[in-house]
Amino acid sequence: MRPIAEDLFVETPEGPRLLGGKRKSDGKIVFPYPPGAERAFYERIELSPEGKLWSWTIQRFRPKSPPYAGDDDDRSFRPYAVGYVELPGEVIVEARLEFGDAEPRIGTPMRLDIAPFNHGADGVGQTTYLFRPIG
Amino acid sequence: MSDVYIVGAGIHPFGRHEISGLEQGVFAARQALADAGVAWEDIQFAFGGSFAAGTADSALPLLGLTGIQFINVANGCGTGGSSLLSAYWAIKSGEFDLGLVLGFDKHPRGAFNAIPSEMGLPDWYGETGMMLTTQFFGMKIRRYMELNGISTRSLGLVAEKAFENAVHAPHAWRREAVPLETILHSQMVSDPLTKFMFCSPSEGGTALILASEKKARELGAAKVKFMGAAMRTRVDGSFEVFSPMLDVKRGPSPTEIASKAAFEHAGVGPEDIDVAQLQDTESGAEIMHMAENGFCAPGEQEAWLAEGRTRIGGKLPVNTDGGCLACGEPIGASGLRQVFENVVQLRGDGGGRQVPGDPKVAYSQVYGAPGLSAVAIIGR
Repeated sequence: MRPIAEDLFVETPEGPRLLGGKRKSDGKIVFPYPPGAERAFYERIELSPEGKLWSWTIQRFRPKSPPYAGDDDDRSFRPYAVGYVELPGEVIVEARLEFGDAEPRIGTPMRLDIAPFNHGADGVGQTTYLFRPIG
Repeated sequence: MSDVYIVGAGIHPFGRHEISGLEQGVFAARQALADAGVAWEDIQFAFGGSFAAGTADSALPLLGLTGIQFINVANGCGTGGSSLLSAYWAIKSGEFDLGLVLGFDKHPRGAFNAIPSEMGLPDWYGETGMMLTTQFFGMKIRRYMELNGISTRSLGLVAEKAFENAVHAPHAWRREAVPLETILHSQMVSDPLTKFMFCSPSEGGTALILASEKKARELGAAKVKFMGAAMRTRVDGSFEVFSPMLDVKRGPSPTEIASKAAFEHAGVGPEDIDVAQLQDTESGAEIMHMAENGFCAPGEQEAWLAEGRTRIGGKLPVNTDGGCLACGEPIGASGLRQVFENVVQLRGDGGGRQVPGDPKVAYSQVYGAPGLSAVAIIGR
């Protein structure tokens, strides 16, 4: 398994962390960590793995491919939750959410996790990031 | 500097048609010319745009190769509004006396499939299923409802009104009233928004003829006048489509700043507006835009809708032709349709959807990707 993209998240001894950028000029925090020439203006940082649900929705139909690259098809597609999680004092990040049977509620404490997502063009399994309610 | 008048308006019905988007645009242009009583040869310049139906200047061989300045405008969902503003400034500056604003479109069915790299976004964002306009609208209104006490029923009331108004709008697409219960219980697309609360990509064409005061008087058509206009883009802290991140420190929306600028420009306030066309990509957008354009405070929409204040005959009729919900959203033509509808209302030609009480000042606001808003206030 490999991450779906480089520099999106890292595994640390304390668990996974999303990677962000801290703008050198004013300290503004951005996600994801900017690619290419923009990097010159940012310091790479690990974002807080915990935050609060800021908003959410449920994706009820299979998104068009491209760009969607899930292994599912129209018949096997299962709705999934998407939302924003506010990482206190840092940034509000968009993420897939795993709520199980619970109803999503704004303000719910959430924690970052990494989970299998799909198989890449070469057949290798790929992981992505998501947030789950804490506890 | 000259005052600017709208002396002609034309529209090709929105919906699904056999003919091309370009043909629908040309149809609208010819109708607008006839409405103004001017010949194509009299037109000195044009601004035009289409998102998915080719280059607007393709209309030239059909309308006539008169050699005029024709500028193609591509500005996302604000394409029509941007064309209109460009033409407005062109005449106001004194450089031109008579011009055409043209918008048309023809979109494939279903949600737009956006490609991340075309918008400066990483591939994973689209691959993992987070790059959908419908999700954005669901998340935006979900938070707004929670913070401001807006009910799901209010979302339904907006759509119910749209289809009711469209029954009387010949250019609308979905012209059958839909019961509130049907709207509320139709297929959920992106919670809390159901199928009937979303507009669909569609087709259509709209054209407006703008004239200087001198030219408008010559034509005996100095009736509907531009009072104020402004277009603004997103600032730090606004919540826009396709955003992998938002700023913790929240800021105003592009609509709020465009609206303030347009009111200031026009020298009138929200209380002076008799009819408004507000961007209603989905029901929630109309609700948020009622407040963002200054017509009520956030949260007051709940009472406004329950009491029918935005219905025709209410205190401030909103989206009198059914808006995007009933007309669909052919991007190039959509913002211009709002102004077309306001011209119809100011002229008193609205028939079954005419706002009573002889409306004098009309407001339109188009909003969309990638985070822009254009407002036009016209009156007579």
